[in-house]
Amino acid sequence: MSILHDIQAILGGMWITWKHIFRRPETISYPEEKRVPSPRFRARIVLTRDPDGDERCVACYLCSAACPVDCISMQSAERENGRRYAAWFRINFSRCIFCGLCAEACPTLAIQMTPGYEICNRDIMNLVYEKEDLLIDGCGKDNSYNFYNHAGIGVTQPRGAGAEELPPVDVRGLMP
Amino acid sequence: MIPDPIDIALSAIKIALVFFVILTLAAYLVFAERRLLAWIQDRKGPNRVGPFGLLQPLADLIKMLTKEDFKPAGADKWLFYLAPAMAAIPAIMTFAVIPFGAPIPLLGRQVAMQVVDLNVGLLLFIAFSAIAVYGVALGGWASNSKYALLGSIRGLAQLISYEISMGLALVPVVILSRSFTLSEIVNAQEGCWFIVYQPLAFIIFLISIIAECKRVPFDLPEAEGELVAGFHTEYSGMRFGLFFVGEYINIIVLGGLATTFFLGGWHGPLLPPVIWFSIKTLAFAVLFIWIRGTLPRLRYDQLMHFGWKFLTPLALLNILATGWWMVLRG
Repeated sequence: MSILHDIQAILGGMWITWKHIFRRPETISYPEEKRVPSPRFRARIVLTRDPDGDERCVACYLCSAACPVDCISMQSAERENGRRYAAWFRINFSRCIFCGLCAEACPTLAIQMTPGYEICNRDIMNLVYEKEDLLIDGCGKDNSYNFYNHAGIGVTQPRGAGAEELPPVDVRGLMP
Repeated sequence: MIPDPIDIALSAIKIALVFFVILTLAAYLVFAERRLLAWIQDRKGPNRVGPFGLLQPLADLIKMLTKEDFKPAGADKWLFYLAPAMAAIPAIMTFAVIPFGAPIPLLGRQVAMQVVDLNVGLLLFIAFSAIAVYGVALGGWASNSKYALLGSIRGLAQLISYEISMGLALVPVVILSRSFTLSEIVNAQEGCWFIVYQPLAFIIFLISIIAECKRVPFDLPEAEGELVAGFHTEYSGMRFGLFFVGEYINIIVLGGLATTFFLGGWHGPLLPPVIWFSIKTLAFAVLFIWIRGTLPRLRYDQLMHFGWKFLTPLALLNILATGWWMVLRG
């Protein structure tokens, strides 16, 4: 019978909502309780340092080029030993969409995403982060990686002294 | 005959009390609805203003009062300003005839816990619920807006249709109690509540009053998915607030009437009569909220079909059956 079926359907629905009244709410009361995002959560961007404490960024502009909203800008400079760095580095978080493409593009793991999501601000100019705001004292996600141990020819070590490098071959000694 | 000043004073006190209690209750019903709906949906609901959010109605009131009182261009000024009152006032006026407690001896007389005990109390309720239709109709028509007009057309048809089944569901109650007076109806239920004799009439009445106060699943006059906000689309500030509070007053009043007609009014063991009446009335309010949290809105043709082709004939059959039963019993 259709009408009995209808009544059963209505009562079944009522029973389900009744059960949900006594269920614990899913809501997180934000300022009092904060959820802990996963380590790979993409929020505030930081610039990390090498294990030896020097800054990783070599100002290659790849992050800036990868950024779909053009919120990263910088000026490259070079030290006497040839090591490159960013003279200034600026991320405009009011434009950032936290897509993570900059972190993917970075060859030196310098620019990284962190789970720190509480960066909202009433003044939009406070969302423009300069290099000193971005640079942290740590390696971020990879504690051992040091770009200059793998590349950086002639900057931190002589040619051939890098991690995967062999000493340069004396071409005159390579006689058959 | 000059009325006794004490009688006048008692009436005034009762009116003031009813006004205060009903308006406060309506405001807190809004809060209760928001909390209960939130729980049904596994949320927490408004819990920021005051302890457990209990001052939320006050915050809402301040918000409503300080908002812009907007009148759309081309609206019929007087009708537009009048309509919210037309919706809210009949709702609260109906409460005048509801007995909310046993008569108590006071100052050497029996004071009825009821503002007036009319001998046509039941008819007065039906008349006022018919007048409340004007608030919907005029509000929508005076707004000069297609959504508001569509909402009020729907509201008109719906309220008139369901008023019939509502009135017909009350006929068995009148047959059983042999009176239109609400206090008599309550007294007739001292031994046994009418819901026992008339479960069908009770269900028809319940469905009709849900439709009558325009609540889900019968909220077609204000179907927000289709008509923005239906008949009160163009209202803002406290005028919208009046429509809104009128709806909740309606819930309380109709819950009180369902209590009076079918659940024995203030009769009940152990607890004082006023408490019993409040418990039963608020149980109806919770039921309405619960239904709102569960059921989806009907389609318009389903609504009309259900009202005219199902509820009304059923109510008529119920009247016939009740009549036969009364005749057979003698």
